Amino acid sequence: MTLQLAGVTKRFGSTVAVDDLSLTIPEKEMFGFLGGNGAGKTTTFRMILGLMNPTKGSIVWNGETISYEKSHIIGYLPEERGLYPKLKVKDQLVYLARLRGMDKQAAFRELDSWLERFYIPEYKEKKVEELSKGNQQKIQFISAVIHKPELLILDEPFSGLDPVNVEQLKKAVIDLKTAGTTIVFSSHRMEHVEELCEHLCILQKGRPVVQGQLKEIKRSFGKKNLRIHADFDLTYLKELPGVVTSKSVSEGCELQIKNEAAAAHVFEALQGKGFVRLFDLEEPSLNDIFIEKVGASYE
Amino acid sequence: MNKFFIMLAHTYLNRLKSKSFLITTGVTLLLIIGLANFEMITERFTGKESDENQKVAVIGEREGLLEPLQSYLDGQDTTIELAAFEGTKEEAEQAVQDGEYTAFIDIAESDGTPNATYYANQIANTNVSNQIREALQQVKVMIAAEQAEIDPEVFQQISAPVNFETVALEENAKTEEELSEARGLVYVMLFIMYFAVIMYGNMIAMEVATEKSSRVMEILISSASPVAQMFAKIFGIALLGLSQITLFMVVGYQAVKMNQETMTGGVFDYFGLNNMEISLFVYLIVFFILGYLLYATLAAMLGSLVSRIEDVQQLIAPMTLVIVAAFMIAMFGLNAPDSGFVTVTSYIPFFTPMLMFLRVGMLDVPIWEVGLSIGMLIATIMLLAVIGARIYSGGVLLYGKSSSLKDIKAALQLSKKE
Repeated sequence: MTLQLAGVTKRFGSTVAVDDLSLTIPEKEMFGFLGGNGAGKTTTFRMILGLMNPTKGSIVWNGETISYEKSHIIGYLPEERGLYPKLKVKDQLVYLARLRGMDKQAAFRELDSWLERFYIPEYKEKKVEELSKGNQQKIQFISAVIHKPELLILDEPFSGLDPVNVEQLKKAVIDLKTAGTTIVFSSHRMEHVEELCEHLCILQKGRPVVQGQLKEIKRSFGKKNLRIHADFDLTYLKELPGVVTSKSVSEGCELQIKNEAAAAHVFEALQGKGFVRLFDLEEPSLNDIFIEKVGASYE
Repeated sequence: MNKFFIMLAHTYLNRLKSKSFLITTGVTLLLIIGLANFEMITERFTGKESDENQKVAVIGEREGLLEPLQSYLDGQDTTIELAAFEGTKEEAEQAVQDGEYTAFIDIAESDGTPNATYYANQIANTNVSNQIREALQQVKVMIAAEQAEIDPEVFQQISAPVNFETVALEENAKTEEELSEARGLVYVMLFIMYFAVIMYGNMIAMEVATEKSSRVMEILISSASPVAQMFAKIFGIALLGLSQITLFMVVGYQAVKMNQETMTGGVFDYFGLNNMEISLFVYLIVFFILGYLLYATLAAMLGSLVSRIEDVQQLIAPMTLVIVAAFMIAMFGLNAPDSGFVTVTSYIPFFTPMLMFLRVGMLDVPIWEVGLSIGMLIATIMLLAVIGARIYSGGVLLYGKSSSLKDIKAALQLSKKE
């Protein structure tokens, strides 16, 4: 039960939206899709859903192409949120659930439990346009998961939500994953991807620049972050071998270093200069990786 | 297929429950009932006045004129009553202003023939003055004939109207009476067709555009195929239209039945609703449904190109223009159904529903001609459905700043299967 993309390319006229993308998304895992604006994330999702056909390559779920006969096993939360503004929440969700092959009674049952779960059962009879944006987003999320899909595609699921709602939604996503749903999601927020995904892929102008397991990616990135807080002047540190960048902060400095060996050099260089309050070697954050991989090609 | 019916039911019920639909239906029903009771209502307003005689005072040189004038007016089945008025012009004016008389005429004589001036409080209503003028004209001709010493019998012969009848030689051609009846009927039906196509076409385009602009479309097209959605909309609205028209017909029929006594003659005779041919009714249904399908497919296709609801009208304007053109040609064709122009245009699929129906209703059109035009119409609908479905599947994914017909190309590209 894996989702496999093999050499997928999509061209619109002369522009290439997705270029030779090959991915294997393992079953019952959460897969993160990262990329700047216009990197081709939404186009990739649309091709996975069968809304568009790839110019080249193939996309298979469990060995079969995804078609409208299978729409009941797929859930989709589009980036551009949209519901019928004039329709009541319950009519809306039941209609969309039925279009995904659910029967009416089951849809009503699921609907109640989801509204309960998001603490909004009182909105059942309200029109969508009367709800706040955050609550509309919860309804939108319910519409994507109400029919218990095997494969769930979430395009920017947490954008525009307050921290409390983000936590609620995140918990729901984690529970779905635990229950065996394969989830693909995209985000600009690196910390969400870092927190939720084991596997990820960073897209840049339709090409995958980084892909694989999160830990692997971090390890192979090599560079680490070093935070030093001290009472004396630290500017001389940036001249040391193995230091890539340095940034002064009020209490000391933050260095990016090539590898762990460079950290040892820095540590030695600090000896006998005075009191060091903090010496902290950190794994690179996904944010650093993203900025380096994606930002570099902007220049 | 199951999803198709879910979507169809959704479209139908949603529209049925919408306020705008309920209001339109309600207003139209009131109008129908009003029209059916039209004669009764107008009688209530004008009834009293028309029963009373219109008294008109006559002053001036009326010697020997009053009697022939009155007898002519009586012969014309009018309610005007002339009365000699003893007094001056000012007194007559006063009497009219007081409401004693409707009006007064001042007759003078020059060269032995009468002429007159008509005075009334208001001269907007020309009914009375026209009738008096006609009467005076008649009397003047009589006087002139007398002066020329023409034998009254000869004069009668001269002035008697000529006998003129029209007879159609073709066996199946419609007689003059039938033609005028058919004209009325076809006129009404064309009108209904015109309104229905514009109204329901608009509804479909709006329906698609609403889903697109609210961006719910992306979820919908990931659930069910765009082609199924498009046809679910077309048939959903068709069902709605049929319900609405059926309701109108049932209410209309009941209203007419209730007022049957007062409805002899008048409007309904003119429209020939009393004896409608079954074949014409069948043609009406066939052309109506085909016409609807043609324009509905077009409307759904155009609606799918729109990003914002505001642009709907702009984009379906060309379609509306075609419908208006068809209607205009049909209106022209009512008086000249056998003209070459109408015959040729009735084969153009976009005009066929109205113009072929017009020809069938007014003339005796060979069955193969009707069959050919229906065949061409069906072929066009199928072609349009195939193209429309492709544009629709691409168009629904297309969001841009401006919506124009140029987007058709972009939409086709999006839906391209490679």
